[in-house]
Amino acid sequence: MTTADATAWSDRVFAVLKRGEIGQIGYVPDAGHARLIELSRADPGIRDVVLTTEEEGVALAAGAWLGGVRAALLMQSSGVGNCINMLSLARNCRFPLLMLVTMRGEWAEFNQWQVPMGQATPGVLKLCDVLVYRVDRAEDAAETVEAALDIAFGGELAAAVLLSQRLIGRKRW
Amino acid sequence: MLDRRRAVKRLLADRGAMLVVSGLGSATYDVAAAGDDARNFYLWGAMGGAVMIGLGLALAQPQRRVLVITGDGEMLMGMGSLATVATQRPRNLAIVVLDNGAFGETGMQASHTSGGVDLAAVAAGCGIPSTLEVTDEGGLDRLARLIHDADAPLFARVRITADEPPRVLPLRDGVALKLRFRAALGLS
Repeated sequence: MTTADATAWSDRVFAVLKRGEIGQIGYVPDAGHARLIELSRADPGIRDVVLTTEEEGVALAAGAWLGGVRAALLMQSSGVGNCINMLSLARNCRFPLLMLVTMRGEWAEFNQWQVPMGQATPGVLKLCDVLVYRVDRAEDAAETVEAALDIAFGGELAAAVLLSQRLIGRKRW
Repeated sequence: MLDRRRAVKRLLADRGAMLVVSGLGSATYDVAAAGDDARNFYLWGAMGGAVMIGLGLALAQPQRRVLVITGDGEMLMGMGSLATVATQRPRNLAIVVLDNGAFGETGMQASHTSGGVDLAAVAAGCGIPSTLEVTDEGGLDRLARLIHDADAPLFARVRITADEPPRVLPLRDGVALKLRFRAALGLS
């Protein structure tokens, strides 16, 4: 995937987040989210919140919802493991939660240290009662994020969209 | 050193429209003992999350004051959130840590603050502009004013005695807590 391709689907996903009235975006950076982070930071209608660990974002989103604002979280698959206990907050209180997760450890992974958590990611999310959607093709990204956003905020449920490593592209070393 | 119940009651007297998030364990019981309110969001779990819930809320409701009251153990688990708060600089967020140097809920095992960790110094080192050490009634009065007047994020460490007053148990149903909190803010 070229940079132009990544920009194109990220721009469409960002448009979905805007239409969905997302007002806060919490993130731990990942190369696959670089464009979305850039767009969030440039948008005066979105408060971008860089986190020290992904679980902070689950709590941030809960607080935002208590105050009437919709939040979305951006993280890499390794960060899903950091969220496990905090996901009980979303589950117990039925806070809407939208997580966009860039996958590592699955497609042409160079670094085997990424494999254990990457492979465990969908299972961990399901065990924590998070609805899991997956995107393998760029043309499906915006529509899938929109579907997850609708069920998260319409149904007050937690939903994660896994953006596959094949979609993100090989990491260049 | 202060009595935790009296300290929290003092901070919540004349609370006005302030929104309160309490960390799991004794801080939740202290806030409940000061008087139940729909604008209290009591945590019964999610250890380490109190400050970040307060941050999301403070950014969402910039016209209201938001107070997080938690214990040293809960704060230690979410210490990175002090860095996140400092980076965001919400002017309406105050964080009060009731520090008894122990994990009270699990049998008063010594916490890191007993071992010398200075949470106010951590907050200051993260860049939280206003940090206070509160050890007496005078300090408590000053803090009570600052949580309403500060124009930048505020962190206070309140030294409390390590005792366990009788538990005052508020509502525990998370969905009910969420719904009544939002209703009190006029959100459906």
